[in-house]
Amino acid sequence: MNPFEVLRFALRGLAANKLRSTLTTLGILIGVAAVILLVAVGQGSSQQIQQNIQRLGANSLTISPSTSGGGGGGGGGGFARAFGGGGGGRQQGSGPRTQAKALTVEDARALADPSGAPSVKSVSPVVTAQSQTATYEGASHTIPQLVGTYPSYFETSNKPVVKGTYFYNDDVIAARKVVVIGNTVAEDLFGTVDPVGKQIVVSGVPFTVVGVLKEAGSSGFQDADDVAIAPLPAVQQSLTGFGALGQILVQAKSAEAVDSAQAEVTDILNQRHGITGTATADFRILNQATLQETVSAATGTFTVLLGAVAAISLLVGGIGITNIMLVTVTERTREIGIRKAIGAPRGAILGQFLVEATVLSLVGGLLGVLIAVIGAQFTIAGVKPVLVPLSIVLALAVSVAIGLFFGSYPANRAAKLRPIEALRFE
Amino acid sequence: MTGQAPVLDIRAVAKVYGEGETAVHALRGVSLRVEQGDYVAIMGASGSGKSTLMNIIGCLDVPSSGSYLLDGTNVGVLDEVRLAIVRNRKIGFVFQSFNLIPRMSALANVELPLAYGGVKAAERRKRALAALDQVGLAQRVGHQPNELSGGQQQRVALARALVTAPTLLLADEPTGALDSKSSDDVMRIFDGLSADGRTIVLITHEDDVAAHAKRVIRLMDGQVVEDVRRSPVGGLPPRLAEVTT
Ligand SMILES: Nc1ncnc2c1ncn2[C@@H]1O[C@H](COP(=O)(O)OP(=O)(O)OP(=O)(O)O)[C@@H](O)[C@H]1O
Ligand SMILES: [Mg+2]
Repeated sequence: MNPFEVLRFALRGLAANKLRSTLTTLGILIGVAAVILLVAVGQGSSQQIQQNIQRLGANSLTISPSTSGGGGGGGGGGFARAFGGGGGGRQQGSGPRTQAKALTVEDARALADPSGAPSVKSVSPVVTAQSQTATYEGASHTIPQLVGTYPSYFETSNKPVVKGTYFYNDDVIAARKVVVIGNTVAEDLFGTVDPVGKQIVVSGVPFTVVGVLKEAGSSGFQDADDVAIAPLPAVQQSLTGFGALGQILVQAKSAEAVDSAQAEVTDILNQRHGITGTATADFRILNQATLQETVSAATGTFTVLLGAVAAISLLVGGIGITNIMLVTVTERTREIGIRKAIGAPRGAILGQFLVEATVLSLVGGLLGVLIAVIGAQFTIAGVKPVLVPLSIVLALAVSVAIGLFFGSYPANRAAKLRPIEALRFE
Repeated sequence: MTGQAPVLDIRAVAKVYGEGETAVHALRGVSLRVEQGDYVAIMGASGSGKSTLMNIIGCLDVPSSGSYLLDGTNVGVLDEVRLAIVRNRKIGFVFQSFNLIPRMSALANVELPLAYGGVKAAERRKRALAALDQVGLAQRVGHQPNELSGGQQQRVALARALVTAPTLLLADEPTGALDSKSSDDVMRIFDGLSADGRTIVLITHEDDVAAHAKRVIRLMDGQVVEDVRRSPVGGLPPRLAEVTT
């Protein structure tokens, strides 16, 4: 009795009950596909969030007003809003609140003073004009975020220019109406035309395009390429007025200096805003590094949770195999008796049922991998899944192990039967 | 006597089912020798222990006491692996209820013992077809058991039992589930096999069937009460002898 023969008997056994075999395979298939796909979705969303955080810029601190009434400029990037509650270096206290002060350009200047804040490399005050309609030769586009700031903003917030140039300190001092636009804005207004040097009109004010930002991609919450960046005074003059700042972006000198920079910034602002002792600060500082740690811990947990849910479904599939094999063995006890009566060795019976169980789980597992790999090509719930090779290997190995493990009990029971016991079985 | 060991040598075999007060003594010390080429019918009332004896002879069950030599080897001391080989090579068993494997063609059913015996596929097919031809079913090799009549199924079972050319052909009421026409077909095949020199032991209730055998043994309450020889071991079986003389 060679192994090929055993395989042939096993396949014939499976083919004799196609519907049952198919349903069992389906159970394993769903388990394996779920494990791989859910882990991929978890991995994908975690990577996406990491990218979003990195988009805030390396070694950066984002300072925003912490009272709703305090800031006039409408708060910073979508990210700071979306995740402000989740992490970072939020300043909290329990004492009475003094009169909240808004963030001002003077605050920014104080932070830029190297004697007070030696760890700070650059400071960029930011105002944001929301939903500004820009037009160019009849084409019209609403820019959700028109940012007014200093040239250091480009580096701090990690927004390089690919076409044209940045604007310079001169442009800021002279309040020149120049603008650097994001990729989406460029495509909507100019199509294939080179936008550099062209003049666009934003809410009735003409701006000259000097550069186009490098494409950053969608972040899931908002289109990071749908922005325009102009010198701070130019935006204040024509759009937001010279009121409070929306944010101040601070870049530390190095990754190690981020924490000391945060301490210095806190001291300076506490002093300037007259916050002492137990008083609650009227600003909050978002620390990119801290945020990243918090968020990756959270997404890690999320991925593990998804994987655990999927693993349970794999286990259920395994129990399905045991059940089917038990039913099969019971139903075919007489057949086992006949086979033994005509001289089937125990190994052949054991082999046949083990191979049946293994084939069921292996076919289910392989199809599950196939479906998961195909499924991972699509965007699921706004997330592009990222396949984790280890999860594929693991899910497949577990499914085969399940087949062997759960199949061996009924198979052993079948092989141990005395021929006469099996033949008399009702 | 030829001097060689008998095919079957049973010594004081007893079989007890259950224990204590509910114990059933199915066999109470049966001794029996069957020579090469003999054709034995075992008769007896229902419950007299015929099937119990047959299952022990076929190595499907083990006796409670006594010893059993098949072809000179004591099968009582064999392990499971060797027993499987004995069942495969030395014994062909025909059941009252056919016991073909469902959803497998007649050919595949007949090939099965050869497959377990390790015979190569081409050789296997050739021998299975020859066996089916011998029982007159050459036209039905592709049919599954549920597509065959009872008589045809029993002939497939017979082909399966003789395809390995076993030392001993056993049949527990082979015609018990068949009408007289099918019974005649099956018994004619047994007669032919006996004429070819095969050793046959069969159980039956019917005198008609027993009349085919060279020797008739009667069991009662687990003991041999009668052992009659109708024709010599070496000669033709009685029915064939009648036809030829
Ligand atoms: N597995 C078993 N457990 C308990 N008792 C059994 C078992 N098998 C048979 N017996 C008993 O052993 C005795 C002999 O049974 P056996 O089947 O050998 O009879 P039999 O001569 O073949 O009868 P029949 O002609 O009806 O087939 C009976 O009394 C039966 O009840
Ligand atoms: Mg019986």
